Amino acid sequence: MRRSPADTAESARKISRRALFLGGTQLAFMGVLGLRMRFMQVEQADEFRLLADENRLKVRLLPPARGLLYDRNGVILAENEQTFRIVIRKEDAADLDIVLEKLEKLIGLTPDEQERVRKTVKSRDTGPSVPVTIADRLTWEAFSTVAANGPALPGVSPEVGLTRFYPYRDDFVHTVGYVRPVTRDKLDQMEVVDPIYRIPDFQIGLTGVETKLEDLLKGRAGTLRVEQNVHGRTIRELDRQEGVAGSNIQLTFDQKVQNFVQARLDGESASAVIMDVRTGDVIAAGSTPAFDPNKFVRGISGADYKALLENIYRPLPSKSVQGAYPPGSTFKMVTALAALEAGVVTPDETVRCTGHVEVGGRRFHCWKRAGHGNVNLIGSLRHSCDVYYYELAQRAGIEKIADMGRKLGLGDDYGLPLPGMSTGLMPDKQWKREKRGADWVIGDSLNAAIGQGFVLTTPMQLAVMTSRLATGRAITPRLVKTIDGVEQPIQDAGPLDINENMLRAVRTGMYEVLNSSRGTAYRSRIVEDGMQMAGKTGTSQTRNVVVNNNNVPWEERDHALFVAFAPYDDPKYAVSVVVEHGGGGSTAAAPIARDLMLFALHGAVPPLASYPQSQRGTIKNRLEALPLRPDDEDASTRSNA
Amino acid sequence: MSYLEQNLKTVPTGLSKILYVNWALVILLTAVASVGFIMLYSNAGGSFSPWAEPQMKRFGVGLALMLMIAMVPIWFWRNVAGIGYLLSLILLLVVEFFGDVGMGAQRWIDLGFMRLQPSELMKVTLVMLLAGYYDWLDIKKVSRPLWVAIPVLLILVPTALVLKQPDLGTSLLLVFGGAIIMFAAGVSWWYFGAVAAMGAALVTSVFSSRGTPWQLLKDYQYRRIDTFLDPSSDPLGAGYHITQSKIALGSGGWTGRGFMQGTQSRLNFLPEKHTDFIFTTLAEEFGFLGGFSLLMLYAGVIVFCLISAMNNKDRFGALVTIGIAATFFLFFAVNMSMVMGLAPVVGVPLPMVSYGGSAMLVLMAAFGIVQSAHVHRPRSKS
Repeated sequence: MRRSPADTAESARKISRRALFLGGTQLAFMGVLGLRMRFMQVEQADEFRLLADENRLKVRLLPPARGLLYDRNGVILAENEQTFRIVIRKEDAADLDIVLEKLEKLIGLTPDEQERVRKTVKSRDTGPSVPVTIADRLTWEAFSTVAANGPALPGVSPEVGLTRFYPYRDDFVHTVGYVRPVTRDKLDQMEVVDPIYRIPDFQIGLTGVETKLEDLLKGRAGTLRVEQNVHGRTIRELDRQEGVAGSNIQLTFDQKVQNFVQARLDGESASAVIMDVRTGDVIAAGSTPAFDPNKFVRGISGADYKALLENIYRPLPSKSVQGAYPPGSTFKMVTALAALEAGVVTPDETVRCTGHVEVGGRRFHCWKRAGHGNVNLIGSLRHSCDVYYYELAQRAGIEKIADMGRKLGLGDDYGLPLPGMSTGLMPDKQWKREKRGADWVIGDSLNAAIGQGFVLTTPMQLAVMTSRLATGRAITPRLVKTIDGVEQPIQDAGPLDINENMLRAVRTGMYEVLNSSRGTAYRSRIVEDGMQMAGKTGTSQTRNVVVNNNNVPWEERDHALFVAFAPYDDPKYAVSVVVEHGGGGSTAAAPIARDLMLFALHGAVPPLASYPQSQRGTIKNRLEALPLRPDDEDASTRSNA
Repeated sequence: MSYLEQNLKTVPTGLSKILYVNWALVILLTAVASVGFIMLYSNAGGSFSPWAEPQMKRFGVGLALMLMIAMVPIWFWRNVAGIGYLLSLILLLVVEFFGDVGMGAQRWIDLGFMRLQPSELMKVTLVMLLAGYYDWLDIKKVSRPLWVAIPVLLILVPTALVLKQPDLGTSLLLVFGGAIIMFAAGVSWWYFGAVAAMGAALVTSVFSSRGTPWQLLKDYQYRRIDTFLDPSSDPLGAGYHITQSKIALGSGGWTGRGFMQGTQSRLNFLPEKHTDFIFTTLAEEFGFLGGFSLLMLYAGVIVFCLISAMNNKDRFGALVTIGIAATFFLFFAVNMSMVMGLAPVVGVPLPMVSYGGSAMLVLMAAFGIVQSAHVHRPRSKS
């Protein structure tokens, strides 16, 4: 085909024109692309950089180590153990079912556990970045298997955690308490939730000092910034700001003494407190039966928990501070001092005890039906004569008695860092009007005078009362010795403002209780020189009809009480013992108190020489049979914990 | 002026032809391909396998292919354009046919050493056929409806087949590539104006009909459009790719995060980072400077092709060069628009850079024809 040269030239020109136009258009479009690129990469760069960082950077809270708890000698009472666990985060988990299936093969995750994880992950409460624990307390083998299979398990991270361990098991469960992983309910109860508690399985103090000093012990969370890929696998750690461990706290307890207390009370439903009368330091606070707090830390089984709840000896409460008992005759020192201070009686003045007294048309009995004859103050304490105190109560009145009770520390919880502390009850006229809607009657005073009726005290209060009697100063108990090595102040114990002669008379009476052959607790005396003990028995009725304690069911028997201090000449320790439904104070409580006192004084199992010759055989057997914890048990049993 | 009318004696012959190859274009293409190697190396976490090494080998093969094609006189390519087009059409049908009998949505034919996508081949052979058509067609008839209808049909038949695969990106490229040749060949503005107006009307009616009983698209199709217009409305679904792509690109800043330091690509937030979204990796790691440099290289390729075309008195040579340059342009323009969120994600690779065998070889072959046109262009009788 021929074309005219004009045509071809015209055509070539046209193509060139259009090519130029096309080129221009294309370059213009490239310009648009360039501008767009510039806009995104220069103007909006910061914004996109932020988004890119949001993609890849994740901030994790690092649980701090919980503060450790020590005894007064630096023996560790609550420590932190490493545990291995695996967690999963919703936002990073691609397909939960596949992951769980793989874990079933790898570490034998049971279908039940899988279902639990599935439910938790899908729960609306579980935020996308909140880790859900899949399995806790893994063996090292299982843990490393999961870690090695990391790439196949998106969203799953193996974590090394710390968990609480109580090397002395039962011994401190009622004082140190224990921790548990924080629960949803617990979080809901908090007004302000420290983000630290959002850390999965973060442990929070549930009982004892662990809960009361939670704020000191928990520490501050650290943060960890990690870089993650699209599957949620951590590629590297960017920066780590370690948390601040909780404060290490030294308590006033002496681990050895506490262990002895628990061992000595074992088999009874009992409690005891040993206090240093000079400082108020609580050396031991025992409560039996006890239980292993480590079980709770690990998650106690329903059956075990039920058994604890249904045990009639009530292992759960801390009886030494939560148990309020009628103090019985251990209260008589209060009545005596109230009357003496009121000037309504002198130490030498005698009251005639005929075994009972008629007041307000009611007959009030002395425990000794035959009566004690003429008794003065010292005799009344030695024999624990009730009629003497009925007389004093009528002379002094309840207000004076209640004031003296409060002066000696009753009706108070001293602000000790223990939960659920009972203040007991130091009743007076106003109390009865307000709480009972009835007027105080003289019979109430008589009952109160011998520690019955409305009066309730805790073993801790009895120990405080005894310390104050022994020293004449306002000793208050102390539980925390040091925080992070800083000694906590011992409260200035000023004088009680009680006439020293009166106090001395009461102490003499208490001395006679143990050291006079006619004293109610003569059998429980200490014969070692310079260690002599002064004390008072108490047998508080839990019912009105007095019958022989041996023939009634356990829960209807009298409580056996004993308070004591020693050495008599230079008091160091005060002891209070309450044996629930133990029968008589002299037989059930006093021997225990003596053993505890001697252990505290000697710092070890007491020598037989401290005991009266005739008793040494049985005491030797008893002391040897005590289930004491060997010194090195801590180390030897840890591995199978 | 058709080729036969030129003084052939001015056209270089024999081995000396190699001197007349447009070496600047070769260097530009090599530079573009090298950007690809670097990014493939980076995307593999600093490794030549699995992507960079095969890509380099393919480029070597492509380079040889280009030079071989360049040595063959351009009139040969004009003469086989029709056969090439028919062959491509048949291959498209074969793929379609085998696809129907159970080979899945297979778009390619296994040649043993490489997988050939007939649609890739069609992009070039369509350009060649249309260039040949206008070379043959009387210039005066170019804008007559009948002679406009013929190339339109030639474009629409393969487009329909490709669309059925379905491959929206390639079919768009075929339509636009063909249209550009028709435009370059001198088809009247009115046709393009009319088509543009109709397109605008269609878009308007599609949008304005939404929510009315006579709406033109299904609801899910509208939602896809929504996602394109605002990817953040569906950040975890269809908008995910484009959102992540924009984040990667934008976070590059002026100079980028550094070689192999792009967090979006290295941590796999970027999808398809070695194929369709490779530009994002470049922009993330080398920033605006890196991305703009590649854009400049592309612009250089286009400019060199267009200069060559404008200096070419041979209609076929000029048109085929313009057409191939336009196809090349459409490739990267669509791809870049896509990763920058200016166009919907249609699955068009970045030419010469994205990992992929047949696209690279077909493009190199196409540039071989551009080179052939350049080498064998008629020179003035001086």
